[in-house]
Amino acid sequence: MSILLDRSTRVLVQGITGREGGFHTEQMQELGTNVVGGTSPGKGGATHLGVPVFNTVADAVKATGANATGIFVPAPFAPDAIMEAAAAGITLIVCITEGIPIQDMIRVKDFLRGYPEARLIGANCPGLITPGQAKIGIIPQRITSPGPVGLVSRSGTLTYEVASALSAAGMGQSTIVGIGGDPVLGLTFRDVVELFEKDPATTHLVLIGEIGGSDEEQAAELLARGSRLKAVAFISGRTAPEGKRMGHAGAIISGNRGTAKSKEEAFRHAGVAVAETTDEVVGMLT
Amino acid sequence: MKLLEYQAKEVLASLGIAIPPGKVAPTPDEAAEAFETLGPIAVKAQVPVGGRGKAGGIKLARSAEEARKAAEQIIGMDIKGFKVPLVYCEAALDIAREIYLGFTVDRDARANILMLSGKGGIEIEQVAEESPGAIARLYPNPWRGPLDFELTQLVYDAGLGDLARPLVALIKKLYRAIPEYDALTAEINPLVVTANGDVVAGDAKLEIDDNAAWRHKDLEAKYGSVIEGDPYEVEAKKRSLTYVSLDGDIGIIGNGAGLCMGTLDLVQRAGGKPANFCDIGGGAKAEVVENALAVILMNPRVKGVVINVFGGITRGDEVAKGVVTARDNLKMKLPLVVRMSGTREEEGRKILRENGIEPGASGWEAAKKIVELTSVGAPVTGTATTGAA
Repeated sequence: MSILLDRSTRVLVQGITGREGGFHTEQMQELGTNVVGGTSPGKGGATHLGVPVFNTVADAVKATGANATGIFVPAPFAPDAIMEAAAAGITLIVCITEGIPIQDMIRVKDFLRGYPEARLIGANCPGLITPGQAKIGIIPQRITSPGPVGLVSRSGTLTYEVASALSAAGMGQSTIVGIGGDPVLGLTFRDVVELFEKDPATTHLVLIGEIGGSDEEQAAELLARGSRLKAVAFISGRTAPEGKRMGHAGAIISGNRGTAKSKEEAFRHAGVAVAETTDEVVGMLT
Repeated sequence: MKLLEYQAKEVLASLGIAIPPGKVAPTPDEAAEAFETLGPIAVKAQVPVGGRGKAGGIKLARSAEEARKAAEQIIGMDIKGFKVPLVYCEAALDIAREIYLGFTVDRDARANILMLSGKGGIEIEQVAEESPGAIARLYPNPWRGPLDFELTQLVYDAGLGDLARPLVALIKKLYRAIPEYDALTAEINPLVVTANGDVVAGDAKLEIDDNAAWRHKDLEAKYGSVIEGDPYEVEAKKRSLTYVSLDGDIGIIGNGAGLCMGTLDLVQRAGGKPANFCDIGGGAKAEVVENALAVILMNPRVKGVVINVFGGITRGDEVAKGVVTARDNLKMKLPLVVRMSGTREEEGRKILRENGIEPGASGWEAAKKIVELTSVGAPVTGTATTGAA
């Protein structure tokens, strides 16, 4: 089993005729992902990479029964693409696009409140993969392998680093979710941890966090209430210098949360082992 | 982009918010001239960072001579790493009350938060800690913005009901910085009520979202070049690199922000001091690696460089060839350690070794190696691990 995504998920690619969209669609197909179609306004009716292309997501959903989507469109168009997918009834929306203005994402998040079934991952994220079954996004399958470890991360390349080390040590993964590093994003650590908790195939958990925000602290609060998962956390940026602050507004709302120290303490308090380097993660998990 | 005070005030004025009369003075003479037209003035350092008052960057001048002297002292001063390029001379205000008004992105709520307090001034963070109730808050709907009755409630919650009418109008104007300029933070602290009862912006802070720069090319063109930041950061920006200067001596290049930040942590853990953060993004193309190395080598403090590339789909042999070419083009003689993995990583490592660059087996190994090679007494050239061409 897995969370969010498996072989039966019917996946759409928004921006399938673009260079990035096309390249990663092929990678997704290679793993066996059930890609049922793509969208590219003006190119509806064409066939690309063996699947039908539609002008809009609503048309694609009607024709293919798609229930998930990967978004590979440029930043100026990505916010609309996310909302289009939600309005068309897609329940898993994965937005890979980086560089989306924050105010656009704040409006998108508000829009999504009207679609409680829709789960957004990202933006600015590597997506997710259920090894051996399916992926949406850009996580390379060759560094993953099926198994019992759930992995959730805010960083792309550190995810690859840890997945690769886990696979090399013979510890496969149930699902790997890259939630993205933007300040305003879709699923949080806490949301993903909740899903892993309910997945019987997941017995171990790795969390890769970053300084800033308090998503890690919130996930730690959840784990502190009791968890069946053996968990290890790593926080990157522990030596990063404090940002050069301009106003007081940020400090008024966040206080001292958001530092590497605050996050590591929250995890330790929850009984989660904290690794000091990514190299230590595998050893601490066994 | 963080605007300077005078720039932020120009933007606020364009939104219809009252600002005190003021003049930008790049030289002491111009500060003296400003006194002639404005009378008693505050001479204020223009830097995109807080705490300039406590750093001695704001002085009151009661004569042209005092204005000149103040400007002489302040221009060129270093405030938290920023060299002061010019001062802003502003008519001194007859302050009756100081209010705090600001908005920012509340990451946890995934929303903008508007904040208002009758206890404005430089101690506002202490107010937030000791009596959070003294700061009224509102999360406006991001599609339609705050409504009048919501703002009226905010003003009364802040205990400023006697100023309800002017404040509601003013907050609506300030909020327009979000839809019109993609502002992430806008702050007026203090918002001054003068002895005559006028409400004017005593200070202004404004940060515009860099991700939205394509929507605001006019702002970038008008203000982008004034801020004298770190010279390496300026050069890196010209070369489209994500680069932050730090105060150590080991150059760091990584692909992906997380991996790059992780590499900083590793180098620090190994006893070294990173000179920078430089994320070259996915792909690690030869040209990008060369740009990154060129910027890092501009810094005379740098004693060695570590490159950490995790290639998922990126091909290791191409990364290796790119690194070798970049090093040769730049005639780099300092120690260079490269950690890379990805498809064809074995071929890549072979290319590195053949060219006298020792590949680090992991990020941690690479960090230890570069620290060892750059520490005092280490052989700088002649070993298999150095990048001596």
